[in-house]
Amino acid sequence: MEKRLLLGDEAIALGALHAGLSGVYAYPGTPSTEITEFIQKNGKCLHSRWCTNEKTAMEAALGMSYAGKRALVCMKHVGMNVCADAFVNSAITGVNGGLVVVAADDPSMHSSQNEQDSRFYGKFAMVPIFEPSSQQEAYDMMNDAYELSERMRLPVLMRVVTRLAHSRASVVVRSDVRPENSLNPDNGRHWILLPAIARKNYIALIEKQSALARASEQSQYNYYEKANNELGIVACGIGYNYVKETEIKLPIIKISQYPLPEQKLKALAEQCQEILVVEDGQPFVEEQLKGLGLNVNISGRLTGVLPRTGELTPDNVSEAINNRRTSLPPTPHLVPRPPQLCQGCGHRDVYAALKEVVSEFNTAKVFGDIGCYTLGALPPYQALDSTIDMGASITMAKGAADAGIWPAIAVIGDSTFTHSGMTGLLDAVNDQANIVVIISDNLTTAMTGGQDSAGTNKFEQICLGLGVEPEHVKVVVPLPKNIEDIKQTLRDEINYKGVSVIIPRRECIQTFRRHAKEQKK
Amino acid sequence: MKRDIILAGVGGQGILSIATIIGEAATKAELQLKQAEVHGMSQRGGDVQSNLRLSHTTIYSDLIPRGKADMIIATEPMEALRYLDWLGDGGVIVTNSRPFVNIPNYPDDIMEQLEALGHSGKNIKVIQNDIEALAREHMIPKSANIILLGMAAPYLNIIKADELREAVGKVFASKGNAVVEANLVAFDLGMGINLL
Repeated sequence: MEKRLLLGDEAIALGALHAGLSGVYAYPGTPSTEITEFIQKNGKCLHSRWCTNEKTAMEAALGMSYAGKRALVCMKHVGMNVCADAFVNSAITGVNGGLVVVAADDPSMHSSQNEQDSRFYGKFAMVPIFEPSSQQEAYDMMNDAYELSERMRLPVLMRVVTRLAHSRASVVVRSDVRPENSLNPDNGRHWILLPAIARKNYIALIEKQSALARASEQSQYNYYEKANNELGIVACGIGYNYVKETEIKLPIIKISQYPLPEQKLKALAEQCQEILVVEDGQPFVEEQLKGLGLNVNISGRLTGVLPRTGELTPDNVSEAINNRRTSLPPTPHLVPRPPQLCQGCGHRDVYAALKEVVSEFNTAKVFGDIGCYTLGALPPYQALDSTIDMGASITMAKGAADAGIWPAIAVIGDSTFTHSGMTGLLDAVNDQANIVVIISDNLTTAMTGGQDSAGTNKFEQICLGLGVEPEHVKVVVPLPKNIEDIKQTLRDEINYKGVSVIIPRRECIQTFRRHAKEQKK
Repeated sequence: MKRDIILAGVGGQGILSIATIIGEAATKAELQLKQAEVHGMSQRGGDVQSNLRLSHTTIYSDLIPRGKADMIIATEPMEALRYLDWLGDGGVIVTNSRPFVNIPNYPDDIMEQLEALGHSGKNIKVIQNDIEALAREHMIPKSANIILLGMAAPYLNIIKADELREAVGKVFASKGNAVVEANLVAFDLGMGINLL
């Protein structure tokens, strides 16, 4: 037994390593990135390199599970959308070696485009969900999640939120490390999801649900703290901490494992007049609770007692429990300080050139993508007309060009291009779409802190292989002294009727400095 | 005893190093600790903050409730003011007085607002210094944030100043003796400001 100061993400990583992890598969995404980084630095497992996207990660982890070994998949919440096909079907095949999928949600959108709640994916796929309330639970749960996964032969979803993922606390860790599973492939036919087999598997999955419900009722992470009050609380994950912070004695059902422990909830309903559901994210439990036909008032985010959007805070939970809003004193005269592209960043030179050329064509539209370069939407550049999801720049530009928009320009980063841009480029080539694609290549996945980018040194080959004409794949160096050249290249390619790819290539200023420092040592 | 501290600044100014040092000292002193950080997009030149909670008893929430913080430690004066709602009665603000102007509409009355706080009858103590000028003057330009930590040290109460000083040495140990020395000089400079 040893005490260590760990981020929630690090506690998950260490918990997995101590549970006999053989491989982690992940694409970086805030607030999940530090899980994989911790394993890369501290683990000696078979696999820990970054994957091209969340779908390739999920499928590779399923392959490792098929082989009998314990695998981990990590992503930010929107990554669940990317891997949803593999994730949902992994519940139909079932698993062999334990398989845990960590989805890090971002209520309040600190670094995201939405605040979708991954627990819905877990329920949709009908798999068990863990939602730790503390760093200690996050660590402890990993072992239990792998045990449950292997016992039920199902993947387990672990859902965390930013405030747990990126908060540090002391964690008591075990001294014994469970050995890895030996290679032991599952030769069953249930891995072949032909309709006749999938139908049987689906029935088996439904039959497992009562055992999952029993596991939740008996889980050490779900408990009933009794007290006498007309108001009862259902507190999920870190919501529990904000309830305890009020120091008011209330009957509480703490929930950190799903499906919902309905018997416990019914017991609470018999003791109370009203139940307040305190959950971070969307009203996942509140909606289900309303469907149980309990004879109590149920309040929460749906009824407006807690805000419908944004993360829980000790303040909004305290206000909900005390049933009053506190008025805030007048704030000082301040202005917001939004994030911005670093001084010396190559994306700046790309936008400087692009903005000028776009102003020459007053019908031009620029479709952006996800990464540091999304900041090109803010002043001083204000150079983007859209940003949706990973890869959407190319396909949206294509669709807009199909509709008659010209010039239609896509701006995408190197890592985002290999994550989800390549297939869209193939569509554009096959349709001879009249678009210009700018792959702003800084040789890294910069937004999340400089992880390896899957396509480094391969972009020209990838574009040529997908069928872009060789004379319309152009590489430029984004530096202030080259702005005029970049502008001319942009004009030339806008005037070419077909798919053009311009690759401005210069290393991210942050990784460049880091590498220079390492060399000095 | 319990101390709730808001650390605030602009991405890249080193507030997480301050948090790491306090965390190191708190762990050694066997205090309970929770520290919520900001990673990701906001680190790119935007405003950043960290909630640091230290206690002899169980800490539940990772976030500090409004009006409950004992101290704001800020590497930038406007960022110190941004979290004023969190500061409780009798609170202390320890801040760099040099603005970091990377936005076109930076208010020109930030220092007046800060100084007015000390005389507002709200029982708020403001300790400020141009830590960047001081760091340059003493040839330790990279250690301005540790001067700030030194300025804050006498008000932390739950951790002794010499425990913090020891933690400074430990956290920078892997970067070599010169870096350790520079940061100890910075820490002592910060402590000295309080004694003036």
